[in-house]
Amino acid sequence: MFDSLQAFLSSFLYDWLAILITLVLQAVAVILPIMLVVAWLTYAERKVIGYMQVRMGPNRVGPIGLLQPIADALKLMTKEVIFPAQSNRYLFILAPILAIAPAVAVWAVIPFSEGVVVTDLNAGILYVLAVSSILVYGTVVAGWASNSKYAFLGALRGSAQKISYEIAMGFALVTVLMIAGSMNLTEIVNGQQGGVWNWYLLPLLPMFFVYFISGLAETNRTPFDVIEGEAEIVAGFHVDYSGMTFGVFMLAEYAMMILISFMTSIMFLGGWLSPFEGIPVLESLFAWVPQLAWLSIKVAFLLFVFLWLRATFPRYRYDQLMRLGWKVLIPLTIVWVFVVGAMKYFSFGPWFN
Amino acid sequence: MIRSIKHQIKTWGLTELFKGLSVTGKYLFKKKITVRYPEEKTPLSPRFRGHHALRRYENGEERCIACKLCEAVCPANAITIESEEREDGTRRTTQYDIDMFKCIYCGFCEEACPVDAIVETRVFEYEFQERGPHIRTKEDLLAFGDKYEEQIAADRAADAKYR
Repeated sequence: MFDSLQAFLSSFLYDWLAILITLVLQAVAVILPIMLVVAWLTYAERKVIGYMQVRMGPNRVGPIGLLQPIADALKLMTKEVIFPAQSNRYLFILAPILAIAPAVAVWAVIPFSEGVVVTDLNAGILYVLAVSSILVYGTVVAGWASNSKYAFLGALRGSAQKISYEIAMGFALVTVLMIAGSMNLTEIVNGQQGGVWNWYLLPLLPMFFVYFISGLAETNRTPFDVIEGEAEIVAGFHVDYSGMTFGVFMLAEYAMMILISFMTSIMFLGGWLSPFEGIPVLESLFAWVPQLAWLSIKVAFLLFVFLWLRATFPRYRYDQLMRLGWKVLIPLTIVWVFVVGAMKYFSFGPWFN
Repeated sequence: MIRSIKHQIKTWGLTELFKGLSVTGKYLFKKKITVRYPEEKTPLSPRFRGHHALRRYENGEERCIACKLCEAVCPANAITIESEEREDGTRRTTQYDIDMFKCIYCGFCEEACPVDAIVETRVFEYEFQERGPHIRTKEDLLAFGDKYEEQIAADRAADAKYR
């Protein structure tokens, strides 16, 4: 679609201008829906947690509170941005940008269905891993620039936590690479064709949990949100942020949550593939469902699990968190790399042929 | 040995975590206890202690005889009473002020009153936007009593057998 648009534009514009316009349109086409999902994810979060606590959650703005995100966004945008007196202004402004830029940039390689991807990068997984690790700079710079003890402690915890869990995450991805034989996300999904039992969920079940748990830690979601730790360090790295600078941090966090859900469903849950593939009647019955819908259902479920976990578990202590990362998840992933190697050597199951 | 194996299975199977998740999962579908306040309201007891009122007898005579028991019992010193002899020789209040900022709504004034003159009603939805109106004068309280007399009488009757 965008190729033909570019061809059409270059018929009466400069080539470089046509390319630029198409690129901007592509970016908008990806970023805008993501931002909308982020907005209503905050609503869903408050609603789900409210329901799990036997209350109703937001219900005053619009029907059943559906316009709440708009009200929140308006409030954040009209609020004053306060600069702490001794802060480093330049870095203080730079930090939210450093947080949101990678959270948006990763979407360039995420395929939404067969062929619907901004850049079909061959090193897709590497790109996602690399760009999403830049996210930690937003936290660190924010904590440093605020010139506050609480923010600084939050940033320190955040950087240590993210670096630790990135290793487990990387090893979990290595097993996916071994089984799929490709780093291209589209090919990883296509490698899972042929029904639920061909998804990488089964041979990589422990890795699925490891990846999701590391994802929780990477996005600083509840069992691992020592970085914010209201009870101990007020709000962590963004205590001194207000108005839209704070809003941007929130956007980045929720965008990363959606990204982790997308990556998990692409790598372990068969991406946009229908779960009824290979089942005689059901397959043809559900053939009309678009690929994006299957992917959305899987992503929505994983996002719900994010919220569910937040409503259920208390925060890990910092040393427990480090112990889980280094002494449990990383050894487990290394063991599973060997298990997958063995499975590959013996051509075990429908996954290695 | 068997115990430690069981323990390992429990740990690696994340059983405790799934138990916790199932609890919150069940609560997701429970009936919500939220009362959407301005539209819905919780039931109030006849003993509810809200805004004060001064009552009258059925012939329109005010009940208060200025005995000042309420003033004496009030733990917050919120009540101020001045009294005088009226033309017909009875003792009546000339001033009966309740400072609603001082009042702690303990209900002692109501208990102390020998003639059931000062009472606390069910009305709790009132506010003061400036200083001044928060001191409820005798006229305010009598008017309040006249307005809610029906409910006040019904509440006293409902609670009478426990007094």
